[in-house]
Formats: sequence, C-alpha cells, structure tokens
Amino acid sequence: MSVAEATARARLATEEILASMESVPRGVVVDSPPGAGKSTLVVRAATELVRRGHRVMVIAQTNEQVDDLTDVLAGYLAGHDGDLRIGRLYSESHRIGRRVERHQSVVSAKSAGELLECQVVLSTAHKWATVTSDEQWAWAIVDEAYQMRSDLLLRVAGLFAKALFVGDPGQLDPFSVVEVDRWSGLSWDPTTSAVEVLLNHNDHVPVKRLPVSWRLPASAAPVVSEAFYPFNPFTAATSPQERRLEFGASALGDNSVDRALELAARSGWALYELPRAHKPRTDREAVRACAELAARLLERAARTISERSPDPLPVTPDRIAVGTAHRDQATAVRAALAERGAESVTVDTANRLQGREFDVTIVLHPLSGRRDATAFHLEAGRLCVLTSRHRHACVVVARKGIPDLLDAHPSVAPVHLNVPVKFPDGWEAQQAIMAHLERHRVAAP
Amino acid sequence: MTTLTSLAKVEAIALDRAQLIRTVRHVHVSSRPLIFVPLQLAGEACAPLAVMVGDERGNERLLIAFEPRDRTERFRFAAGLGEVILGYVNGYAAGDPGEGVPYPDAPQVWVPNAGGLKFTELLGRSTRFRRTDGPYPVPASVPLLGRWVTYLAERSQHPLSSLFLSATQALTAHWATGQSATEDQNLATLLAWIAPPPGLTGAQAALLAENPASSPPAGPVTDPDFDRDVLEGLIKAIEEARQTGNVTTCDRAQALMARQLHSVLKPTWDLMWQAVDLLRSLPPGDHVAERWRTDRFSFTGYVRYLREDGFPQARRDAAVDAARRLARLENEAQQLAAHMAYDDPLVMAEYRMTGEAFAGPVVRAEPDRLDETGKRARLRPWITVETTDDVLAERGADLRSPARPAQQARVIEVERAGERTRVTIELQSGMGRKLVPEPGSVPAPGDVVCYTTFKAEFQPPPKFPDREDTPWTHGGPPPEYVPRDEEATEEWE
Repeated sequence: MSVAEATARARLATEEILASMESVPRGVVVDSPPGAGKSTLVVRAATELVRRGHRVMVIAQTNEQVDDLTDVLAGYLAGHDGDLRIGRLYSESHRIGRRVERHQSVVSAKSAGELLECQVVLSTAHKWATVTSDEQWAWAIVDEAYQMRSDLLLRVAGLFAKALFVGDPGQLDPFSVVEVDRWSGLSWDPTTSAVEVLLNHNDHVPVKRLPVSWRLPASAAPVVSEAFYPFNPFTAATSPQERRLEFGASALGDNSVDRALELAARSGWALYELPRAHKPRTDREAVRACAELAARLLERAARTISERSPDPLPVTPDRIAVGTAHRDQATAVRAALAERGAESVTVDTANRLQGREFDVTIVLHPLSGRRDATAFHLEAGRLCVLTSRHRHACVVVARKGIPDLLDAHPSVAPVHLNVPVKFPDGWEAQQAIMAHLERHRVAAP
Repeated sequence: MTTLTSLAKVEAIALDRAQLIRTVRHVHVSSRPLIFVPLQLAGEACAPLAVMVGDERGNERLLIAFEPRDRTERFRFAAGLGEVILGYVNGYAAGDPGEGVPYPDAPQVWVPNAGGLKFTELLGRSTRFRRTDGPYPVPASVPLLGRWVTYLAERSQHPLSSLFLSATQALTAHWATGQSATEDQNLATLLAWIAPPPGLTGAQAALLAENPASSPPAGPVTDPDFDRDVLEGLIKAIEEARQTGNVTTCDRAQALMARQLHSVLKPTWDLMWQAVDLLRSLPPGDHVAERWRTDRFSFTGYVRYLREDGFPQARRDAAVDAARRLARLENEAQQLAAHMAYDDPLVMAEYRMTGEAFAGPVVRAEPDRLDETGKRARLRPWITVETTDDVLAERGADLRSPARPAQQARVIEVERAGERTRVTIELQSGMGRKLVPEPGSVPAPGDVVCYTTFKAEFQPPPKFPDREDTPWTHGGPPPEYVPRDEEATEEWE
C-alpha cells in the first residue's frame, strides 16, 4: 500500500466513526492496532464534538498520556480553531510537562470548578474519579480503554452520558496485585478491562476498527498482525521502499553486533541469540548485549529515511528504546548504557512503553534464560507491546532455547464459566513470533 | 519466588533441612485455636465425609456423615458441626463490648491446606441459605454454621487477616524446604523438612512421610486405596443394615467406620498442633498485634450483624460491592507487604534486591536546614545516603523508613556513580514543632538507614458510587438483595 492509499483508508474509517457518534445511544468502541492514529482520532473526535456544541471530558490513564494528548490537541487547534479553550485538570503530586505549558490555549487547574470555561477538559481517570459534579458531561473520550480497569470505569462513568472508548486490545491487560477468582465469570468482574465490562452490558455499542498502522513498517505489520490480532488484521501504511534504515559509518571487521544491526536494517528484524543457559533475571550477558546494540547503533550514526522527511534523519538516543519485562532488568540495562555513554536511550518495561514510539527498539525477550514460562512471561500483550514500538527495526535479544521452553510449558490458564477464552493466547503468540525470528538469527559469540 | 527464597531452597537441599526465611512471625497465633480437619467423599464437589475438630490437643472431636450422599445425613452432620463451631465462636462473643470497641480476642480456625479453605467455602455456600422452616427444615445451627464459615472463608482472602489460616500456607510463608511448591502443600512432608525426627535428614523424613499408610492425606481428599479397601465396604454395610433394619449391625458398622476415620484423621490432627507450636515459637512481628486488632474489629462487626438477623452472604457481589472489595483487598495487600518489610530485615532484603528499598550510611546531613520559600520558614532537613543497592526511586518520590515510619520523606536527588548511588532526601515531618529538630528525629552522619517507597499507613478507600447509582456501563442499578428460597436449593440437589 502507498501512503496516499493508506491515508484514504484511514480517513474513511475515521469519518465513519465520527458519523456513527451522531446516532449511537450510549457510545462507540474503537479498536486501534499499534500506531494506527489513535491520538489523531481522539483529537478529531474532541473537536468534532465541540463543534456540535458539547463539552467533552477526556480520560486517559497516566499523566504522561494526558500531557501527550493535551499537546497534540492544542497543536491541532492552533492550526484550526484558535479560540477553543482546553482544560488540563491535574492533581497535587503531578508537575505539568513543558510541552503542555507552552500552549496558550491550555488552562491548568487542580479543581474542575476552575475549568468551567473550557470546552475540552483532560485528566487521568484517577483524577476524574475524585471529581464530584451534579452536571453530567454529554460526552467522554476514554483513551487506552483496554488498559483501564473496569472498577475505575465504575468510579468515573457517572460523570458522562455517552462515551467514545479508544484503545489497543492487543496490549497488556490490566491486572491486580491480589489473586482472587471470586469474580471470574461475572459480567462486571472488577479486575477486567473497562471495554470488556462495558460491552458485556451494552451489546448495542458498536465496535469499530482503525485499519492501518502508521508506525509499524511493512516488515513488521503482517508479523504483529498475524501473531497478536489474528481476527482483526491490519496493514502497514507504508511500503518497504518508503522506510529505510542506513548507517553513516561502516563496520570495521566482522562482529555479531554489527551483523545483527545490519540484518535488522535490511529486514526490519533481528534475533541476537546468546548461547543457551539458565540465568537469573538480570542476566549479565543479555543486559550487556542490549546495551552494546543500542550504543553501537549510535556509534554507527544510524539514520532513517521515511515519509516524514525527504532527507535522512539521524537516529538520536531518544529515538531508540530498550524494552524489558522487569524493572530490575531495565535498571541493569540503564547502568550498562551509562557505562557506554548512552544514558539518554529510553529503557523501560513493557508496561511503561505502552503507547510510545521509537525508530529502533531492542527487546530483551521475556523468556530469555528462563527455566519456566509463567503466565506473566507468556502474556501476549507484553510481547506485543515490546515488538510493536518501532518504525524501522526491532532487535530481540534472547538466550537460545525459547521454543523448547515454550514446548515444555504449554499454557495452563484455568478456564472459567462465562469467561470467553482470550485469543490469541500468549503461548501461541510467542510461538508465532519465535517462528518469524528464527529466520533472522544472528548467533552471539 | 524471590531470589532469596530460591537461595534458601538451595541451602535447604544442601543442609538437608528447611531454612527459616523470616526473622519474625507474620501471622497471629491464637492461644486457643480451633483445629479443623475436613474430609470429603471423593468425586463429589462438596460432600462432607468427616471432620476432626477441637480447640484442645488432647480432646479431638470426630463428626461423621455415615452416608455423605444422603441429604438428611448431611444435615445431621452439618447441624452437629454447627454446634461445635458456634460453641467455639460464641466463646469469644460474650456480651457487647460497646460502641467502637472490639471484643478482647477473636476466634482463629486452622485447616491443613488450601484445599481445606476451599472446602470450607463450599460448605458455607451449601448451608448458609438453608431455612429452619418450609419444606426441608434444618436445625438453626445449619444456616448459622453456613454464615460463619462463609465469613471465615471470605476473611481468609484478606491479606491482613489471621482469622482463618491454612497450616501449609502459614508454614511455607516462614520456611523454605528442599521440595517443590506443589510438594510443600503436603503438610506431612512439609513438617518433615522443617522438623525431621531425630536421626533423619529432611529429605529422608519427607520420603517416609509420603507414604499414605503412615501419613494419610491431610484432606479434604482421601487416599484412593482407603476409599476402595475400607470406606466403600463400610458405607455399603451401613446402608444394608439400615435397609434391613438391623440396628446392632448398623451400630457395629458405624463404630468401625468411626474407628477407621479416626485413624485416618488423627495423624493430621497431631501435625496441625505441631504446625501451630512451630509458628508460635517464632517471635511475632511488630505489626502482628495491630493486624489482629483489625480482625477483632471485623469479628465484632460480624457478631453484631448476625445478632440483627443478618442475611446470609449473597452468592455473588454486585458491581459496586465487587469493586469495593477489590479496592480493600489491594489496599490490604500493600499494607501487609509494608508491614512485613518493616518488621523483618529478611523481607526488606528482598525489596533491596529489586531496588524498591535501599540502605546505607548517612554521609551528609543538614539537620537544621530551613525551607524559606513560603510565608513561614519550615524545617526541612536534608540527608544524603550512600548505598550500593539498586535504587528505583526517582526525584520527587515519597519515601518512608522503617525506623521512623511516620516521618514523610522525599527524594531530592539521585546521583549514580559506578556501584554507588547517593540519594539526597528531604525530611518533611516527625521532627517536632520547632525549627530545630527533636533529638534523634533526623539521622546523623554514620547512621545506617533504610528507605523504601511503600507506606505502612492505612490509605483511605477510594470513592465508589452507591449501589443504586451503578452506571450504565456496569448494567445499571442491581435489584435489592433478598436471599430467596431457590438459592438454598441449588447446591444440594
């Protein structure tokens, strides 16, 4: 597909969603695969609703996300509708980001009462849950609705009459620190996602879909789509020719790190495979490999060619991410990067990388070096987040033997009455990704 | 499993004996616990076969359902069990302690394992809706038993509660053995690892304890050989004797069955007391009494509720109730984690390994530092801690120290240099009212301090809508809960 064609398809889908919002009794759910223009839709929907004369509340899950959305919305309005006021509702402990403060149209306040003149007010779900108001908002836009737990929705749902729920069903499910199966099978199970509970009780709410991914390159969209979205496929907006990754400096000699990077630049994927071994979570060699790959990418002056710019753009540290499953792994990688002078590369867990975008990602495979495959490590959403953050290439670092580990640990999640079986299950998705990565293997020394 | 627990398991194997993984006990142990060892009939979801129950180790009571599939017999059994449980529970509920005051003590029930907890929950579900009038009346002790055991089973899900404990869970929370987590659910082998008989290693003792003939399963499921070779014949004999009306034969068969079940349950009964003794021998953590106080409050509240003709617990939570309960359980889980870490350096060590806590000497202190940016000067001492632990906390994070749990502290700066990290912390409270800190309220250079990001104090519960305001996303307001007769029928038919 070409960019022009993709733009047309995406526009059609967006228009259809906006049109349907005129007539729905309660709301719309929009499933959005990774990088399919979710923020754009939120901004379009908010301005459209305001145009129709409604006040709109926007609910996101983290302060980061709220700041991001506020920034995008204010930027869009600056070009379209100058005199619209945007409210940023925040709580004591949060400091508003500079990207929000620079917009003149944004008013920040700690209480909703100070934002009555704003047609759009944005905040986190937790902050909204503390707002008491007799007046109901006509519309709410709930962002990252699949990551919102349904008990939080219960706390805010009284504030609005209708809602647009936007989210990525393939990412991490919400979770609870306590394990209680008391509510399994109940239609309002508080530990499940907001969308699930909403749809359980409102089968008239239509589920729409965004069809193309702007982020994922042509090398990644089919792989991610097939592994994690088998029933709702999507395609890449760009063709292989439109996205390229190059190096300004050539490699001296022959080493596996360079070979992995070059393979990833060529094909979009590389599996940097360390020798088979059982290791603790913060496996030193794996951590070092992640840091070396990232540092080497900078040393070799990687640059990207894409629809964003006619000239090559340098891959700066903030365009690279290292993704891990655990926080201690992220800490270890950060320390290893600091030793190599590359501390400004983003390193975080899958949970925190949700919703973010980079040129190149380096993934420490959740199952690398493990002796067992627990539900946490098998979770489809975790691997999906890690393998769908990149615009150009993804390098996976892993110990040899993951397919064997998977074969030894088939998924054994209990099946509960009234609980639809989740597809794809993590085990199957892991197998699919590994089968693909096998073809992009570079053996580490 | 944490790295330290894995290490303790390796040590247990190397040293051939279970290793303590806690320095203090983190559950309350009653001075007069009720031991409750249930057995059920194989193949039935909840057909009680027998229980051995009592609050004195030399005085066990054995209750038997001679035909577990016969409903009349089941209710006779449930009524008998109800008398025992109610007798025990009421012993703690004399009079009314007055508004806002809990009873001085509360009951504590022990089952052998997680299966016992589950069995109790099912027993509650099948008895609490029964009625004392209508077509199949039961003695009043049956629905009351149901309410109490359901209450206990629900409390067992509360992280802070010690009202209803399983012996294997309580033991494995304090000891690491050389066997797998699944094997640890066997009370006999678990105790063999923790306290092997003289002359035996943990592994040898556990191997002997795996023999179902000498250590019968701690229930609720029975040994299949026992079912086939003993139980089946006895149940048949009793049934035949009943049909022929032969009272003497029936009595003799019942006495035989009682003897057999006694011999199957008695070893577990003894192990249960051993488990209680072992745990009691550990010194309690500082927060254990505080947690037991919440149990006492909860117990007092439930006694009052029942005295006011309380309904049996609903079969399922409505949307708002479920969310409220989850919020409470999560809150308690966090509190428990903090309590345990504050009370026990071995638990704190686990958090230090993952970077959620750090410890080290104070290398710099400005105890008299004032913050003069506001209208009035405020005392805001800074201390700098140097640590070799990983530090996950970032600038602005709230910190607490086990040594000064009420003192609020905030990270000002984190400087990492190689293996060492220096954390500068601002202290914000707990130093008295003057502009000079009370002696000892600010750590001095050279003091070794520990800070974490989690707090032991109670967090106020989040606000939820009232039941009748349940929003459309959750199906709207549910109907008023009134227990109906149909709810009673489902489980037993």
